[in-house]
Order: sequence, then structure tokens, then C-alpha cells
Amino acid sequence: MAFYIASIIAILATVMVITRYNMIHALLYLVVSFLAVAVIFFMLGAPFVAALEVIIYAGAIVVLIIFVIMMLNMKEESVEQERKWFSKNIWIGPGILALVLLGELVYILVTSERVLLNNAVVDSKAVGMSLYGPYIIGVELCGLLLMAGIVGAYHLGRQRRKVIHRFLEKTEE
Amino acid sequence: MGGLLLIAPGLIWLERRLLAVWQDRYGPNRAGPLGVLVVLADTLKLFFKEDWIPPFADKKVFVLAPAIVVITVLMSFVIVPFSPGFIVVDLNIGLLFFLAMSSMGAYSIILGGWASNNKYSLLGAMRGAAQMISYEVFMGLSLMGVVLITGSFSLHDIVEAQRNMWFVVPQFLGFVIFLIAGIAETHRLPFDIPEAESELIAGFHSEYSGMKFGMFFVGEYIGIMLISCMVTCLFFGGWLGPAFLPPIVWFVLKMFAFIALFILLRASLPRPRYDQLMEFGWKILLPLSLLNVMITAGIILWNENPL
Repeated sequence: MAFYIASIIAILATVMVITRYNMIHALLYLVVSFLAVAVIFFMLGAPFVAALEVIIYAGAIVVLIIFVIMMLNMKEESVEQERKWFSKNIWIGPGILALVLLGELVYILVTSERVLLNNAVVDSKAVGMSLYGPYIIGVELCGLLLMAGIVGAYHLGRQRRKVIHRFLEKTEE
Repeated sequence: MGGLLLIAPGLIWLERRLLAVWQDRYGPNRAGPLGVLVVLADTLKLFFKEDWIPPFADKKVFVLAPAIVVITVLMSFVIVPFSPGFIVVDLNIGLLFFLAMSSMGAYSIILGGWASNNKYSLLGAMRGAAQMISYEVFMGLSLMGVVLITGSFSLHDIVEAQRNMWFVVPQFLGFVIFLIAGIAETHRLPFDIPEAESELIAGFHSEYSGMKFGMFFVGEYIGIMLISCMVTCLFFGGWLGPAFLPPIVWFVLKMFAFIALFILLRASLPRPRYDQLMEFGWKILLPLSLLNVMITAGIILWNENPL
């Protein structure tokens, strides 16, 4: 029961993310959607993943996106523009195609055999064992990607320090 | 939970009296014995003030923001073990739950500042967001040493593991980093850069009035209590202590010692510049906390199988 409530909240919130014209409101719905997904994870016996979902997705990533949008200083004009872009004849085609796919998915889910969920709790140790056991290559690749990102960010953010002085004005390398 | 909301105004009185003592003044001493009733007067004033929503603000978000800070902090108290049987729920991911809630608390600042539609609020909100995101990182990392030694995220287990020695001894570095990050998370002086009265009027809450401001205010004080509780649990043995006092008394005593430390810091330290704060965080605290995790893990591995 609680599972279905959380799932419905997640789906509704995600629909609201797409249909809101105001970016910040859309992002708030995205946070609600992440929280609902975290509740689902928790109920399926993965409390560690649930906590990480809240900390990383809802807590850090969306905060950073909101941060950028705050800097862009979106006002009423951008809401108007969003409204113009979101006209009916633009979304109706992809909408119908996606509905067909959704129908197929529901058909597959209904006709396939049911697997009963065993609510064994996966604790953090088990997560660590599988990450550094069978999935070690994925962890290493993620580490490489992050390293590249950090180096890139450092390069972009580097600035030459300018020393301003009456007699010796120079730019440090 | 109601008790916490009652203690928070008491803390405001305590803070004003202690500040006065440390600054050689009297502080509020007229209303009631030792001026305790000044809290009542303050609260009544907050309740009866005009609750004004600026016409240029984003109304829904503006109303939502102050609620978030109180909700997230109160939710965090769910996992604090006050004494052996006195805990709401002993989650096996207790510590992660605390971190998750404190990261959600960042939204109250961002949304409050953004919805006010005021340039000072926006500046305060941006500083607050950057500060909270970056200090969360070290906060989480500094706790990992404790988790490594205990082998569990549950706060009850962590307190039980300190029967022989408080974790402040083997994890002193972690304790210092957690305390600094905790002050930054509650954006208290000296790290109250998001609200810096002298530069940003009041930062993210300059448009708030009445009880909406009161929520931010109370949220900040409950936040102090929460960080003090966490420091007590994680590094100072929680309810453990000599048997002549009941466990809950030990817990409360330790907690109030840390609250007094918070107030002393406010009374004595100047506010750093914003870029200094971020630089201090990323260039000093992050490497130190990573080093702390690495050394702790190394020692544990060595103890398990020394070559």
C-alpha cells in the first residue's frame, strides 16, 4: 500500500516537473519525485541507496541546478517563453508515441510472470562488497570520469593572481 | 518534539545571558526571575507582528521555505538516542538519515532567498547554498572514521562502542572537522555569512517578518541543539558516564556544554570573508578529512591482519 502511494506521488511529481512553466517550481517537484523514489527504495529493502538518493540527488545535485538557475535570474519573460514553447501541436506527436510505448510496457508487465519481492535488507556492507567485487570496473571508470571533471574544472577556474602595487605591478604565472 | 520547540526559546535567553556575561554586561534581567520571561515577551512579539508577504515575492515558495528548515531539523532528532531506551527510531542508517536531512535543510535558505526576490536575499541565498553544499562534504567524510571504527551507521551502536574510550580520543581530527562543519551547517557565527547583517542586511531572511522569521530563528536554535546532540553521541559517549547520575542527565549535561561552546564562539570570533571560508573548506578541511578516513581505515586493516 505504502509502495503504491509513494509510486503515485513519484509519477505525479514527475509529470508536474515537465508541465510547470516556472523553472524553480519544476525543480521543487523534481525534489519531491526523488524523495518518493527514496521511499520506494527504502521499502524494497535498500535503505543505504535510499539515504544516498536523498543526500546526493535531492540534496546536492538539484541544489546545484537551482543555484545555476538563480544566477540566470529568470523572470516573467522566461515563464512566458516556456509557455509559448510548450504549445499543443509540439507535444502531441511525441506524447502519442510515448503512450504507445507505455501501453506495450504495461502489457509486458501484466503478461510476464510475477516475481515475489523478498524484503531482505541490503545493508551498506553488502553494497560495498558488490561495488568492489563484481562491479569494480564500473567504480574505477566513474573515478576516472570524476578525475577528468575535476582537472577540467580546475583548468577553467584557474586565474592568474594580479598583484596591484604602486611600484611593482605584475601578473603572477 | 514539543519539548524541543520549548527548549529553543529557552536557548535564546541562555544565549543572551551568556553573551552578556562574556561581554561584561547584564543582559536581559528585568522580566521574571533572571529575566527568563523575556523569552515569552519575544515570542508574543513575533506572534503578533504583521505577517507580511511582499507583493513581488513568489508566494507559495515564500511560505514553504521557513517550514522546511524546522521540519528537516526536527526530523533529524528522530534518530538521536537520548538514553538507552529513549529514542524514536533506531534506524540502521541513522547517521546517513541525519546527513540527508541536513542536506535538505539547504533548501530553506535557497528557496527563502530566491522567493524573496530581493538582491540582498539572493546574494545571501547563494552564499548559503555554496557554504552548505561544500561543508556537507566534509561533515559526511569526518564522520566516516567513527563509522569505520564502529562498523555501523546506527547511533545506538556508535554510543555503545564508546564504552571503553570516547571517540574524541582516536578521532580527534574527525571531531574538530565535524564541529567546524557543524557550525557552518547551522550558519552560526563566525560562519553566519549567508545572513551577515553588516553586509547583506539579514541575507536570505531580510523580507521575512512575524512568525515566518520566527521559524528561521527557531530552526537555527534547534539546529544548534541538533549539532550538539550529534557531537555528544558521536564523539563524547552519548549517555555514557559514571553511574551516580542517570544517563539522560549525562546526555543533557554534555549537550549543554556544547551549546555553551557555540555561544562562546559567537561571543569571541570575527566573521571570515566569504572566499576565505570556501578556501579554508576546500583546501584544508577536505584533504584533512580524507587523510583522517585513510589513516583510520589503514589502522583498522592493520589491526585485523598485521601482515
